Amino acid sequence: MNPKRSRFLFSVLCFGMAFLYVPMVLLIIYSFNNSKLVPIWGGFSLRWYKVLFQSEDVWAATALSFKIAFVNATFAVALGTLAGLALVRFGRFRGRTLFTGMITAPLVMPEVITGLSLLLLFIGLQGLIGWPSERGFTTITIAHITFSMAYVAVIIQSRLSGMQEDLEEAAQDLGAKPLRVLFDITLPLLAPGMLAGWLLAFTLSLDDLVIASFTTGPGSNTLPILIYSRIRLGLRPDINALATIIILAVTIGVIIFGWLMLRQQRQRERDMHEAAAS
Amino acid sequence: MAAAASHSIHDRPWLDPAQKPFIQIQGVSKQFGPFVAVDNVDLDIYRGELFSLLGGSGCGKTTLLRMIAGFETPTSGRIVIDGEDMSSVPPYDRPVNMMFQSYALFPHMTVEQNVAYGLKRDGVAKAEIQSRVNDMLGMVELTQFRKRKPHQLSGGQRQRVALARSLVKNPKVLLLDEPLGALDKRLREQTQYELMNIQDRLGVTFVVVTHDQEEAMTLSTRIAVMDQGYFQQIGTPTEIYEYPVTRFVANFIGSANMFEGRVASQEDEIAEVTVDTLPVPIRAEHAAPLAAGTRAWVAVRPEKVQLSREPFSQAGINMLEGQVEEIGYYGESSTYRIRINEDVRLEVTHPNLRRPRDGRHLAEWEDKVYVGWEPGAAVVLTS
Ligand SMILES: Nc1ncnc2c1ncn2[C@@H]1O[C@H](COP(=O)(O)OP(=O)(O)OP(=O)(O)O)[C@@H](O)[C@H]1O
Ligand SMILES: [Mg+2]
Repeated sequence: MNPKRSRFLFSVLCFGMAFLYVPMVLLIIYSFNNSKLVPIWGGFSLRWYKVLFQSEDVWAATALSFKIAFVNATFAVALGTLAGLALVRFGRFRGRTLFTGMITAPLVMPEVITGLSLLLLFIGLQGLIGWPSERGFTTITIAHITFSMAYVAVIIQSRLSGMQEDLEEAAQDLGAKPLRVLFDITLPLLAPGMLAGWLLAFTLSLDDLVIASFTTGPGSNTLPILIYSRIRLGLRPDINALATIIILAVTIGVIIFGWLMLRQQRQRERDMHEAAAS
Repeated sequence: MAAAASHSIHDRPWLDPAQKPFIQIQGVSKQFGPFVAVDNVDLDIYRGELFSLLGGSGCGKTTLLRMIAGFETPTSGRIVIDGEDMSSVPPYDRPVNMMFQSYALFPHMTVEQNVAYGLKRDGVAKAEIQSRVNDMLGMVELTQFRKRKPHQLSGGQRQRVALARSLVKNPKVLLLDEPLGALDKRLREQTQYELMNIQDRLGVTFVVVTHDQEEAMTLSTRIAVMDQGYFQQIGTPTEIYEYPVTRFVANFIGSANMFEGRVASQEDEIAEVTVDTLPVPIRAEHAAPLAAGTRAWVAVRPEKVQLSREPFSQAGINMLEGQVEEIGYYGESSTYRIRINEDVRLEVTHPNLRRPRDGRHLAEWEDKVYVGWEPGAAVVLTS
């Protein structure tokens, strides 16, 4: 490659990187700003972190978000796995096409529509049977499960269709009834997919602003709702601090995940070597 | 093969009308969409047999095995095992174990757990599981690998785990899909011996799919040669080799020289076939009556053709004159390709009874030679 072209490519790369990361760096820097006004630098301080840690709203919102994410991820994995199994292993049952469509619809449906329809449902139900009496944790969690489970189902579906069916047949051949096969063979082999699905559902739920805003009620703020409602009244330095903490948490999470993957890969390579040598 | 001839009827239950077959395959077909993988097959297999299915790739061997194991439902026909119709019996209740062509080892279990799985499902006591698994791993020489996972094993080792896993339950019927393909020669012979041993000891009925005809010849009580979903011939190794009934069988098992012609006459179970490309008619044994003018092929195996520098003097022998075109030297024998004329080449295998004299073999390139075979050494095929 000629040096001129490579310099051009390099500057494009730098520009792209800058576009992605400069805003985040700015955000981190300004979270240490000692001034009340975000855009004006007033010296280094941890003042906003202190404000943040003393704010009960933030703690409550964080706790709610994590609680919803956790329950959502768990239910989404359970239901999504069942749906994936039904799609791949039950052959051509009646209404399969309809079922497939309905499973994947939440993936492409605009969030406002999902949110709005769920809100209508909850209000309707409340009028009809008195449940849910108030909107908050339960309604947001249910809303999140409806779309997270679609993602899990897709992950499980792709893992299952890649998995050889003959493993399950071999287990049956050795005397295992279908339910035993599910617990002894299918689910253990699906475990990595289920973990990935769980993590994805967890993240999606933590991330979600639109659907949560539709289905929440007074007093139940998730973290994204809290951040958004505060920002609406203007930039705030304590929110910068909160964002910095979130960035830190995500970075640490990604590093740990990458390290685990690397270790697993190394292990696999070592195993292959051993097998070849023996 | 000499041993096979001296066997009594007890070793050949298929000849005994009083015997009841253990596995009965009755008019079984399997279609995948419009494609017919197994085509209206009938087969009886008797207790204690080692029955081989031999055939080219994609001819339906695995499909037939899977129907016996219960993983495919026949499109039509039925399968009876030990007097019980298997149509509504699920795989986990069939008295059958299968070794998969792909091995299908459980990747999340160790070698030991893989082998023990079937016994656990049967509720065998722990101590007994342990001892049976140990015995089995000892037999397939995998004791030192017991704690490994399948992906830590070589191909041959995996195959042995799969074999051990299917054998450990002592099923009444064992279905083996290419059981010895990935083993080296020594282990292969040892495992063959072990299979025969198990069969003798436990009276297990084996149905073995193989690509390897030598293996099928030495192991089997009977062989079925399969082509495009149906059986071309079912018989003992000797019958299949010496009396093939179709051209496909004659070519698939061993090799054969084939001449196409028309039946001229038949007398005392010897048919005379005129071949357009040969100057003289060929005489070959054929017991069943043949109408004159029937299209027929004469097949003769290379090792049954004699080779000489002098014309043969026996009466009634088929004799042709030719020239050595090619020699393949294999040590214990040599294969000569003899050019009879423009259109016809004949392969002759000759044991090297003597060392070459003055550097000359029995025949050398371009030598003029005579080839001959008795009518009893050849067969007449009509399809
Ligand atoms: N599930 C299936 N759907 C469609 N076609 C199939 C299916 N299973 C097998 N076939 C077809 O049926 C034919 C027979 O397959 P089978 O696996 O029985 O062959 P085989 O004799 O075992 O061959 P090989 O020696 O290569 O293992 C093949 O042409 C294959 O493509
Ligand atoms: Mg096969």
